[in-house]
Amino acid sequence: MQTLSLVILVFLSLSVFADRLTDRQQELRYLIKHDCGSCHGMTLKGGLGPSLQSLALKNKPDELLFITIKEGRPGTPMPPWKSLLTNDDINIIIKILRKGIN
Amino acid sequence: MKLFFTLTVILFLTSCTTQNLRGTGDLGLIIERAIGQVKLVEHTTNTSLATIKGLGDLSHASIVYSRDERYGYVFGRDGGLTKIDILEQKIVKRIMQSGNSIGGAISQDGKLIAVSNYKPGGVKIFNADTLDLVANIPAVYAQGKQSKTVGLIDAPGQLFVFSLYDAGEIWVVDMKNISTPVITKFKNIGSLPYDGLVTPDGRYYIAGLFGEDGLAMLDLWHLEKGVTRVMNHYGKGKQKLPVYKMPHLEGWAMAGDKMLLPAVGQHEVLVMDQNWKQVKSIKVHGQPIFVMSRPDHRQMWVNFAHPRNDTIQVIDTETLKIIKTLKPGKAVLHMEFSPRGEHVWMSVRDESRVDVLNTETFEVIKSLKADKPSGIFFTNRAHKIGL
Repeated sequence: MQTLSLVILVFLSLSVFADRLTDRQQELRYLIKHDCGSCHGMTLKGGLGPSLQSLALKNKPDELLFITIKEGRPGTPMPPWKSLLTNDDINIIIKILRKGIN
Repeated sequence: MKLFFTLTVILFLTSCTTQNLRGTGDLGLIIERAIGQVKLVEHTTNTSLATIKGLGDLSHASIVYSRDERYGYVFGRDGGLTKIDILEQKIVKRIMQSGNSIGGAISQDGKLIAVSNYKPGGVKIFNADTLDLVANIPAVYAQGKQSKTVGLIDAPGQLFVFSLYDAGEIWVVDMKNISTPVITKFKNIGSLPYDGLVTPDGRYYIAGLFGEDGLAMLDLWHLEKGVTRVMNHYGKGKQKLPVYKMPHLEGWAMAGDKMLLPAVGQHEVLVMDQNWKQVKSIKVHGQPIFVMSRPDHRQMWVNFAHPRNDTIQVIDTETLKIIKTLKPGKAVLHMEFSPRGEHVWMSVRDESRVDVLNTETFEVIKSLKADKPSGIFFTNRAHKIGL
């Protein structure tokens, strides 16, 4: 019985965790569209900053995207996002960008 | 009997016509950025009148008005230029004039519409009536290289002025003769001009620089004097904060002998005197985006960049002190004053709301629903230089 409740508990907390991830993913999608979008365009096809559509990023390795988001690009208006985003956030953003937001 | 009937008919017809008549001086359009539509509103009783759909990607969209205040020209991010008849509440004409654009302007005589493009970089000028292309001005600055253009404004003398982001140049286009635009180019004005404005009297064009400290200033009365740099020492030795959204210079506020403008990468509003010298900086809640003057210039209203964009601060222009801090909600993107300033409208994007506030009491007197609203543009802009 105790084991069962433990299993249920673990299961419940896992599903809560999964929900939370989804929430965060949604938040990050929103951030990409509207806040990244203020320079890169809401459809990410580029504005003051370059296009972030999946095709445009095809030849850019994850590491480059990661460091660009985290540290920004000195000499350009691309700011470092490390104070607002965790490493996990950045990895999720890269995944979303690779898949495309539209 | 016949006479009575005729009179009744005449009376009926007259009343019909009277009901259909309406001025446009109290109207405005609000951008609903995510779903490509605009909301038509009126600010006499603060209501929304209609929704006009089918305008494409409206992130970072802006609007100018014809001088009769009947037509709005909407500049969309996707290169769309849409002419709206606000009396008929419909799109008159819509063209895709480039792949990616950032803003536009209407000429002094109201007959030309200029659009500032990122891709391909340059400015295109259209007939305001028909939207037919009148002039194409590619912003070519090095062999084959085309610059994004920013900070496009109109100025007296049938001029359009804009900056070349990638090239660091300011171009002045004289459109007195529409078949032969005369272009005057100013080079090496500074690194990465990100926006520009013209003072309300139409005399000084100022470009904000992202790549270095200071501003580039051009006296449009004396082009022969060239571009001068002002506020050069601003920001020297200070570590700039990351900039999550570029400030806008459009709302640049002049009050008496002072000018207030947003600092880039600092939680400050800068105060300049008439000699373009910084006399003060005012600590504010975040990185300012718009610093907008109430029409009587007694107050300045400031909004802020992500992630501090839930706040508005009001500065008293006499004391240069913050007199009010408001928390309207998540992502306050833009503000627009009623023509004489008793009310201010503000768009709260993430809460899909536009609030109307009394500027004396700071009370919200009305909230309107709008889908992810951004820019608010009232028709009285039609008669302001540079807007």
